[in-house]
Amino acid sequence: MFDLSKVIAASRTLLAMTIIFGFLAIVPAHAQNPDRPPTPVTGFNPDKAEVHADEFKGGGPLVGHIVIPDQKAASLIQDNGRTWRDYRRGPLLWFVVATVPGVLVLLLLFRLIRGRVMIDGGLAHRLITRFGSFERFMHWLTAFSWLILALSGLNEIVGRRVLLPLVGNEMFTTLSTAGKYAHNFVAFPFMIGVVLMFFVWVRHNLPEMRDIDWFAQGGGLIGAGRPSAGKFNAGQKMVFWIVVLGGTGLSLTGLAMLFPFSVTDIAGMQLISVVHGGIALLMIAAMLGHIYIGTVGMEGAVEAMTTGDVDLNWAREHHDLWVEEVTAKSHPAE
Amino acid sequence: MARMKFLCDADRCIECNACVTACKNANEVPWGINRRRVVTINDGKPGERSVSMACMHCNDAPCAAVCPVDCFYTTADAVVLHNKDLCIGCGYCFYACPFGAPQYPKTTNFGSLGKMDKCTYCSGGPEEADGSAAEYAKYGANRMAEGKLPLCAEMCSTKSLLAGDGEMIASIYAERVKTRGYSSGVWGWNTAYQETINV
Repeated sequence: MFDLSKVIAASRTLLAMTIIFGFLAIVPAHAQNPDRPPTPVTGFNPDKAEVHADEFKGGGPLVGHIVIPDQKAASLIQDNGRTWRDYRRGPLLWFVVATVPGVLVLLLLFRLIRGRVMIDGGLAHRLITRFGSFERFMHWLTAFSWLILALSGLNEIVGRRVLLPLVGNEMFTTLSTAGKYAHNFVAFPFMIGVVLMFFVWVRHNLPEMRDIDWFAQGGGLIGAGRPSAGKFNAGQKMVFWIVVLGGTGLSLTGLAMLFPFSVTDIAGMQLISVVHGGIALLMIAAMLGHIYIGTVGMEGAVEAMTTGDVDLNWAREHHDLWVEEVTAKSHPAE
Repeated sequence: MARMKFLCDADRCIECNACVTACKNANEVPWGINRRRVVTINDGKPGERSVSMACMHCNDAPCAAVCPVDCFYTTADAVVLHNKDLCIGCGYCFYACPFGAPQYPKTTNFGSLGKMDKCTYCSGGPEEADGSAAEYAKYGANRMAEGKLPLCAEMCSTKSLLAGDGEMIASIYAERVKTRGYSSGVWGWNTAYQETINV
């Protein structure tokens, strides 16, 4: 009844089949038939395009996990670096051309057309004190700091194209190193100067109705009008707010770059550097105009910030309301 | 002339960090500086991928374009190197680099970041004699001058990281893709060389 030999035979067949099928299972499909194309492996074998594809689309950093302490290194690829490069060697250079030589050419044209702005009534040879020693100190603290910052900052953008061919690599590196240290440290007197000027002069720089009239009359620069103004006319108020707001923007973005990656990531650092350069160039353009009209562009103006005493006729033509105010204070009987 | 490139086959990278260690040892890279690193995307999740990344020695290298003192140069092998004597440590190359390759001995810009350091493709530096002690101290090993490839790729246990002529390593990678049936993406190639390997 019970045929042991049949059971053994069946077991053998089963064992043999198991071995054969087991062997087949571990041999790659294409090894059996070299002419057949390899079977595509299904399942999740992600390509670069599939991993974090959404985050990467914008060119921003593709961030992963890293086992070293420097977390900046967790950014694997950031295509924005190339965009930043293209900005620095393209639009930024044209921006510099427009704001430095461009503005100088405009000022030269203004000079040729308008000529020097003279005192209509000539010098009165009577002086009136316009800026005290502290006002002049904070002005020049800011001005000289700004000059060093502007020159060393421009050097970082265009020095390689302008100065390097003239002085050679080694000298240029020496100058640029000095410029970089100067930029980093002179930033602080500049910030102090801006804060001081804000507190001392803000009450004279609040917008008034007569500022519109000042602009309508061309500020006495265009046309023959001599619009009324207090201690600061509307043009000077603009300069004040450009310095205060621009200076604040430069200070904040500059501090972020002095301590890189302390407040933001690589995309933020790139944006901050673009904003810093943009504000700086606009401010350079405005300051070139301010320097021109405060020195060679206008008779009687520069004394306000050198000796602090200006000619009475100049003061009456440009700041009539301020002269009235000051004389009323000093000669109450008149 | 060969156009040297790196290629990391992310399907093979096992995040062992041997390339990082090999680089550090071959070049005596200072503490805190990583010329090469391994970044893991989707760590611990399905579709995890590890990629070993260093300077990719880009075409039209962004670092070279933004350097204020123009201290970068490209060798005949298309390797992007820089002159540490000219570098002022401004940090711009790090903003421009798509791969985070430039490294600095100090972490804050205050005063100075110090001279930038990055992967040299084991090609040493510009001025000193090939393989000299002075060159080694500043830039690390100059294996290329000895006819050897970068140690990171040479030591890769899974042969995930490939170094060599771009066309040659691309064909090795293409062969693998054909065999296994799927690509793993040639990470950074599009950004660095404006090309990818279509199989």
